[in-house]
Amino acid sequence: MDKLCQDVARLAQEFRARPYGRHSADLQRVLNRMRSEPFSGRYVLVREHKGLPYRLGRLGSTPADPISYTGDTFQTLEDAEWTVFRLRWRKLFGTDLPVE
Amino acid sequence: MLGIMGYWDRLSARPGDAPELKVSIEDGSPNFRIELLRLICGDDGPEGPGFKAESIASEINGVRRGGRQPIPAGSYVHIPNLHSIRGDAVTLAALVMPTWVGKQARQCILSRQHRSSKGIALMVSASGCGGLWVHDGQNEAFVTCNAAMRENAWYLLVASFRASDRNVRILQRPVGGHHRMEPDATEDRSVDVQMPSLPAGAALIAARHDPAHGIVDHFDGKIEAPALYVGASANDRLSGLSHPFDIDLPAIGGWDFSRHIGSADIADVSGNGSHGRCINLPARAVTNHAWRGQTVDWRTRPDLYAAIHFHCDDLEDCAWRTDVTWQVPADIRSGVYAARLTTEAGGEDLVPLFVLPPKGKSTAPLAFLASTFTYLAYANSHHGYEDPLSEPAYGALLVLDRTDLFLKDRRDLGVSLYDRHRDGSGSCYSSAKRPILNMRPKRRIWNFNADLHIVDWLEASGISYDIVTDDVLNEEGADLLSQYRCVMTGSHPEYYSARMLDAVEEWLGTGGRLIYMGGNGFYWKVATHPAYPGVIEVRRGEAGTRCFEMPPGERHHQFDGEFGGLWRSNGRAPQRLVGVGFVAEGFDSCHWYERTAASRDPRAAFIFAGMGGENRIGDFGVLGGAAGLELDAADAALGTPAHALVLARSAGHSNVYLVTVEEMVSTHPAVDGLDNPLVRAELVFFETPSGGAVFATGSIAWAASLCHDGCRNNVAQITGNVVRRFLDPAPFALTEKS
Repeated sequence: MDKLCQDVARLAQEFRARPYGRHSADLQRVLNRMRSEPFSGRYVLVREHKGLPYRLGRLGSTPADPISYTGDTFQTLEDAEWTVFRLRWRKLFGTDLPVE
Repeated sequence: MLGIMGYWDRLSARPGDAPELKVSIEDGSPNFRIELLRLICGDDGPEGPGFKAESIASEINGVRRGGRQPIPAGSYVHIPNLHSIRGDAVTLAALVMPTWVGKQARQCILSRQHRSSKGIALMVSASGCGGLWVHDGQNEAFVTCNAAMRENAWYLLVASFRASDRNVRILQRPVGGHHRMEPDATEDRSVDVQMPSLPAGAALIAARHDPAHGIVDHFDGKIEAPALYVGASANDRLSGLSHPFDIDLPAIGGWDFSRHIGSADIADVSGNGSHGRCINLPARAVTNHAWRGQTVDWRTRPDLYAAIHFHCDDLEDCAWRTDVTWQVPADIRSGVYAARLTTEAGGEDLVPLFVLPPKGKSTAPLAFLASTFTYLAYANSHHGYEDPLSEPAYGALLVLDRTDLFLKDRRDLGVSLYDRHRDGSGSCYSSAKRPILNMRPKRRIWNFNADLHIVDWLEASGISYDIVTDDVLNEEGADLLSQYRCVMTGSHPEYYSARMLDAVEEWLGTGGRLIYMGGNGFYWKVATHPAYPGVIEVRRGEAGTRCFEMPPGERHHQFDGEFGGLWRSNGRAPQRLVGVGFVAEGFDSCHWYERTAASRDPRAAFIFAGMGGENRIGDFGVLGGAAGLELDAADAALGTPAHALVLARSAGHSNVYLVTVEEMVSTHPAVDGLDNPLVRAELVFFETPSGGAVFATGSIAWAASLCHDGCRNNVAQITGNVVRRFLDPAPFALTEKS
């Protein structure tokens, strides 16, 4: 995976600018890894009513388990995607992303 | 939490019918208000046209008393009249294949319990060990062997109780192969209970009727040949035993599930006539302990299908009391109606009912065919947040709304055809006799709520239309369509029975004009059964984009015996009917079409009238583009007519738009929207020999672009051009492709 991430800042900026739609092959490989995390603890968003912020949560170990909320909220899906991208980056590579 | 929910006793009604509305108040309010609406648009999102509905004066409007109504989820067999159980000893036996040992709860195989609490039951313990439960009215005992059963493995369970020495004996024997993986487990123990002398009465298979708590201890798994006998066999008589029906004792009851597989009926073959009936649609036409691939069609060897798979979250009918009966007025216009239910505490539900014109009549030459079977297939789906593949497939974080959270907590509302049951097995039935909380306006732009975009556009365009539905098409066949010159489908007409396909083909053969307004249509094969109104069955097999596949040997429908799965696998690919068929899907973004040279063909001039030199179609809309979500394309090898015109082709699809599995006989790296030219939607038109025609959009997202910019856009222009020409009685001429 290290080889994939030679240009970390470029991949992060690419995702930050365009979380949905066409991505470079390197970014897509990172996203595939990130989005293939196991069910237990998977990040999800919850928005009970339109107009409310999105709340970041994590699934339990089985579908019947309640969602635990991280306390993060977002006005847009793009902001939520960026936060989760950074969280998953840290988990995958053990370092913080060098971009905000 | 949702404060209130309801369902009509049918999906569709006609003037003169009296559909019944059933309501459960969940927020504790004593009353609810009902208001009848005619729905026009359900998209209340920030980019959408807004929620639009017309309030309808009706005698059902007003405030009514109500209350919470329970949902009796979980399947079992009810035997109303089992003979009395008396004497010194009794033996219960069955072949069982548990599928959820990790449930950590007692599960019942076969039980008889009296209202006095006296009872006896063959059970599986919370730790997965077979055993016997006995209650003599004062004391109870539950004796098990000390070995847990493995999930998805077959066992013979035999349990005896002998009153004279108060002895319980258990045998748990692995069966189903000569290569035995584990030894017999046995138990032989004295207990401090007496024989629960039981009069004739009701018995249950796969559950227990507790006098205080109702139906409890649902079993998840397969059961075969459950039986009860008077007496207890000596140990040496059990040494070679492999089947409950081979026990050499006088029988009280013995149920052979290989009889009446296509129905809910259960036959007692003991000679005592204690027949039963399946409740809540357990899966029948499933393989038994002896199946080794000898056949895959239960009709040829029903003896190999003598099992039933029960699930704790099966649900056929909530069976709620009726709160409101609506006498549909004779002069009401056809439309998508809804009962708006509200409570003082803020609860709201909008319960749709499709109202057709009177049978044999039409009030417009155009019909919108609402995809009620698709709505049913997705009913109360959990799979988006229960399937780990959802996020990589969607290319976006999962978003759960209030209804998702409610459904997540309320498994008793049943599952969709996309869900796995709690035991991990796939669901193959879906019933309309329950609140379907994702068949609602104001929810995601998908299926029902997406189809309201088409209704909204028809209303805005001043085009008269009738509403017809899949369920009525399935009942009435081509007679229903024969009332119309033109029929528009919904955005996702995915689920079709043979009768529906036959009807559309027959109607097209008489000059009908079909506008296929979506993608992934005419895809999965559906079975229905007259004894199960409001229920569809789907058996997902070897191909198709699917969340699971039915186990080997279980891909023929219970309802009609036919091989299920994709219509493509049954020789009726959608391309034969509408010129295009499913090729790819992706959910992160939607895109546009580019016109092809064929769009300049004079035959297609009416389609593009008023468009000038625009080449790009649908690069706008609520979803961001008219080409998206699920895409269909032409394929001559699968039946696209040779003279069909491919008028436009979509472009711009992302990395998460992937070719569907049935398009690949082997995996390879080039499957996404960047690398594979199959990832495209195609706009197709062709005439039929009888003066009719077909126009296909090949994209689920098409409908969500119709109302962009006040319906002033080229998706609306093209659709309007096609509708107007298709309503013109002048026949189309069948012309060879230039």
